[in-house]
Amino acid sequence: MSMNSAPPIPQKAEDEAARQLARRTRRNAWDRKYSPYLYISPFFIIFALVGLFPLVYTAFVSVHDWNLIGGKGDFVGLENYGQILSQPLFWKGLRNTFSIFLLSSVPQVIIGLFLAAMLDANLRSKTFWRMGVLLPYVVMPVAVGMIFSKIFADQSGMANAILANFGIDPIRWHADVLASHIAIATMVDYRWTGYTTLIILAGMQAIPNDLYEAAVVDGAGRWRTFRSITIPALKPTIIFVVITSTIGGLQVFDEPRMFDQLGQGGSDRQWMTVTMYLYELGWGAQKSFGRASAVAWILFLIILVIGAINFKVTQRISGTESKGGKS
Amino acid sequence: MTSTPMIEQTAGKGAARYARRRANRKSMGVGSNRRGGWVTYTLLTIILLISFYPIYYTFLLASSDAQTIAQNPIPSLIPDGKFLDNVSRVLNSDIKFWQALSNSVIVAVITSVSVVLFATLAGFSFAKLQFRGRRALLVFVIATMAVPTQLGVVPLFILMSELGWTGKLVAVIVPGMVTAFGVFWMTQYFEETLPFELIEAARVDGCSMIRTFWHVALPAAKPAAAMLALFTFVASWTNFFWPFIVLGSTNPTLPVSLQLLQASYFKDYSLIMAGVILATVPLILLFIFAGKQLVSGIMAGAVKG
Repeated sequence: MSMNSAPPIPQKAEDEAARQLARRTRRNAWDRKYSPYLYISPFFIIFALVGLFPLVYTAFVSVHDWNLIGGKGDFVGLENYGQILSQPLFWKGLRNTFSIFLLSSVPQVIIGLFLAAMLDANLRSKTFWRMGVLLPYVVMPVAVGMIFSKIFADQSGMANAILANFGIDPIRWHADVLASHIAIATMVDYRWTGYTTLIILAGMQAIPNDLYEAAVVDGAGRWRTFRSITIPALKPTIIFVVITSTIGGLQVFDEPRMFDQLGQGGSDRQWMTVTMYLYELGWGAQKSFGRASAVAWILFLIILVIGAINFKVTQRISGTESKGGKS
Repeated sequence: MTSTPMIEQTAGKGAARYARRRANRKSMGVGSNRRGGWVTYTLLTIILLISFYPIYYTFLLASSDAQTIAQNPIPSLIPDGKFLDNVSRVLNSDIKFWQALSNSVIVAVITSVSVVLFATLAGFSFAKLQFRGRRALLVFVIATMAVPTQLGVVPLFILMSELGWTGKLVAVIVPGMVTAFGVFWMTQYFEETLPFELIEAARVDGCSMIRTFWHVALPAAKPAAAMLALFTFVASWTNFFWPFIVLGSTNPTLPVSLQLLQASYFKDYSLIMAGVILATVPLILLFIFAGKQLVSGIMAGAVKG
């Protein structure tokens, strides 16, 4: 590099310099060509080993007789699936999962929308209020489960004591199917509503001002503006929120697991979710990895289908809203 | 921006006043009517109390005793003085609290560092380097964010058994070492903030790729990397399903040992809640110092996502 100022160079040294330069250029070219792959490879290698491979291999395990202790047995085809689908317990788990999922995600998105609209106002100490709604996010779901299972205790819980003050009869939060689902959905929402609110808030702040100004010019009121401008403009954000909450919500485990000390989903399995059922098949009394895998694979397909439906429906709803806004 | 005189002409005085008021403000939310301000503050205060009360409730129970708790479903707002007694009972119980705490710290720290390092490397590559298949691979990364990898637990468990890792922390650390979200996050950040000129300048100066990464990209990535580390830390600290399966009660992390506490002392709420407080306080402290970063992290991620 500092060759320019050098005195006349003997032939031999010049050769050496040329060789060096060529080597450096080669190394440089190699560096440019392969380094990008090198840098992304840790992610792909580790993800392939501990993320993708297990998910795909689940399908393989699910068509075998496979025991936690005994290991791999015979190929049984779709027998495990048939077994699972004929179990009332599986269907109960599926019902509970969907019920808890709907009871948690629908209010979560609606409350999130209104909370975000409040936080979007010109507030003093914005960060303080935003942190306030996010606080529950750092409480681990297991802890949330333990706290709320006490609040919702059938006999000596705070929820029933408060209801009693209003003259309402105690609710059997654990014994009743729907009540237990509401209690668990409350736990999920306690932890996640603030998070969802902030995502929606970010979406709201990205809405261009002139849209609102146009609405003001048209004489639209606050509610009308919210419904006809804000909601349609939030379409991508809402789709994002709904899809992530579907993926998480259909795998819910921690909160229902902690809703009582036994962790089996209640005496009549009234709040046992599919993931809890999966755990019980694999690591409970049956120790059947084959059946646990079949459940995992069924749930995986359900999540895919629901995700796609969500996408379509959310798109349609926001689509009509925006059309309504123009009329 | 539409000028207010124009609005006055076209839509009347009221609209103009409204528009002026709006124009004076930075954010243009729907709930942002100044007159309604106190309603907003009142509602937000209630929300804040709802956020905070369950944690305080836990502390109240943790400061009490079983008999008082049984007699008063709604605890008095002033704590009893038995908190330290209950804490020492948790520490002396057989849930291996200290081991669980140190396990949780080890796992959360290692996974955070690893996720940040690998995500920054990959993000740098995706955002700023040219190579064949870049777009397709990036789409793959984004798609994997939606894959419920938790459903692969059975083969993952089989794999860990084969390796002899069940019951060992490494079984929890390795699956947490990379996240698709992290790669996506850092890619976005580099795309927006790191100019190509800086990289080219370093290359012209004779820096190798890895030196360019180390001396140019990594320092530039600090704010985003810190946020990613925070989120990974929280996710790792609160993670239950997989550690519960693969570690079990012999070598637990905090959530696993809390589960044990509830299973073995289920009638003794003051003890259980003291355990909950002990396991939650570290993240509450983190939240006090870094909550602001968490808030802006979620909001930044949402706009891009």
